[in-house]
Amino acid sequence: MSKEKILSRIQANKPAARALPDIPAFEFATSDLHAAFTSLAEANASRCLSLTSTDEMANFISVQFPEAKQIASTYSSYKGNVDLQAVTDPSELKQVDVAVIPGQVGVAENAAIWVTEEDCVHRALPVICQHLILVLSKKQLVGNLHEAYQKIQIDQSGYGVFIAGPSKTADIEQSLVIGAQGARSLTIVFID
Amino acid sequence: MQHADKAATFIQNESKTDWHNASIWRAREKRDVAAHGIPEWEHLRELASQIKDNVLSNLDHYLVQFEEAATRNGVQVHWAATAEDHNRIVLGILQKNKLSKVVKSKSMLTEECHLNPFLEANGVEVIDTDLGERIIQLRDERPSHIVAPAIHLKKEEIGELFHEKLGTEKGATDPNYLTEAARQHLRSAFMESHAGLTGVNFAVAETGGVVIVTNEGNSDMGVHLNKVQIHCMGIEKIIPRAQDLGIFVRLLARSAIGQAISIFTSHYHRPKAGGAMHYVIVDNGRSEHLGREDFRNGLKCIRCGACMNTCPVYRRSGGHSYGYTIPGPIGSILTPGKDLKQHSDLPFASTLCGSCSDVCPVKIDIHEQLYKWRQIIAEEGHLNRFKRWSMRLAGKILSSPKAYRRFGRLARWALRVMPSSMVYNRWNDWGKERELPTAPKQSFKEWYQENHPAS
Repeated sequence: MSKEKILSRIQANKPAARALPDIPAFEFATSDLHAAFTSLAEANASRCLSLTSTDEMANFISVQFPEAKQIASTYSSYKGNVDLQAVTDPSELKQVDVAVIPGQVGVAENAAIWVTEEDCVHRALPVICQHLILVLSKKQLVGNLHEAYQKIQIDQSGYGVFIAGPSKTADIEQSLVIGAQGARSLTIVFID
Repeated sequence: MQHADKAATFIQNESKTDWHNASIWRAREKRDVAAHGIPEWEHLRELASQIKDNVLSNLDHYLVQFEEAATRNGVQVHWAATAEDHNRIVLGILQKNKLSKVVKSKSMLTEECHLNPFLEANGVEVIDTDLGERIIQLRDERPSHIVAPAIHLKKEEIGELFHEKLGTEKGATDPNYLTEAARQHLRSAFMESHAGLTGVNFAVAETGGVVIVTNEGNSDMGVHLNKVQIHCMGIEKIIPRAQDLGIFVRLLARSAIGQAISIFTSHYHRPKAGGAMHYVIVDNGRSEHLGREDFRNGLKCIRCGACMNTCPVYRRSGGHSYGYTIPGPIGSILTPGKDLKQHSDLPFASTLCGSCSDVCPVKIDIHEQLYKWRQIIAEEGHLNRFKRWSMRLAGKILSSPKAYRRFGRLARWALRVMPSSMVYNRWNDWGKERELPTAPKQSFKEWYQENHPAS
């Protein structure tokens, strides 16, 4: 049995016990979390905007993505035109032009947003759509990643992800190209 | 062929060598900017190192805890003592489910195990979906860097390759155009595949989940669009707690390419509805390496590639010259443990400048290990004849003041009177690309005695 073999070799070879350190509370130096988040998001080629109502969101989408045919939304106060519950094979979602998904926590130090399976209905949605819109409240912002991990429970959902921008690559001569395999753009909408 | 020979071939194209050097150094510079932006950076490195110390000293316990939590989550856990076991297990999962087309996101472990050729020989089509990996797969090459596998290629070479394999326009070299072509090509591969396979960045013992980071989103595309997902991990990928991710995720992308975080940091815990999820936990020599007191720290590595980006030898010799899956300084301290004789040249592919240890996010004593491997290689008789004799001679000269003075006089005289064709002979490796200094008439000691007769 491989398992027994591996474990007994580890027992025979492992070093003397070393204590697991406690992780101190590292504070995030900047108090304006929204400003810090926005500047990092823009550095990651995301776009940030603050809206006051969901009407403004509909307006933004029609202006920004005039050609969008399929809009899938899991954000409760904005209705798209794709019935996600009716989708059985996630590869059908490749037709989705714009997906609107609520985020749970935004991290100011790196502009990443925690999104879970429950927020997406289909795990593939935020990555397979052409353009992604994540909705957050400024109250959901934290300073650094330690605070974020305190706030979320990573195994509460079968799948959860920090998304920090549009899909990108620099695999060809280290030239940055936005829109590799995942969404081509990320817009973060703050609604408060 | 030894590292030095392959490096000699690599540097024949001088402008490409300069480009390679500068292009990789840029990643090191970006890493510095990102690291300096975090006041607690050094504290994070220290904590990461301590957490990994704890992991190595409790690895058996954490692996069992991880397996139990994963099983509760509905994940099927498999153990592989060797690369062959790993490959057989993966093939078994695919065959049992009658799956013959696999999309794979980046995994150095499956490279180490030579999974692709094994699966292909057994009728399974494998498509690497990280853009860099796909490029080298289409060229039938191996990665030259663990983070940027195709870093050794110019866009003209990639344009030519895509023209031939993906039907892009001849002569097209625009990275945007080429990436778009790859996007279309890979997106259809994701739709047509049967299983998604990934490596693992972190495996969390307390929750039984695995974390995978990508910038492209290819791991999530492959995993979510297929019913069966398989995650292959080395035993050393374990971290104890979910909160430890805060430390390691903050360090990883900043060390790798100066990014605050990867675009996608995906946490997989349970299979999707109607799907199946497998972990393959692989040893393949790691538990043995754990027993090497001087070298076990190498198992702390989180595969960021910072040691490669900073290494003056790596940057000017290219990843392929190392002849192993993991090149650069970290590869050079891991490989001798796998086969001392075969890889005996790698610990010498270093200037021992120590820059690798300085940038390592988990504080592995890389340059000290390189030095220690050299001693073991010499003791076990794996030095080549030239190195063995020159070291023996140098040892004799440097241990005797009299011999040292005599040799110094001889060398100064020889440098002055010998014709340059004799000085720059074929044994003078140092003189191949450098001018030797003008030899002074006397040594410092002679000069001092002449000028300070009283003392």
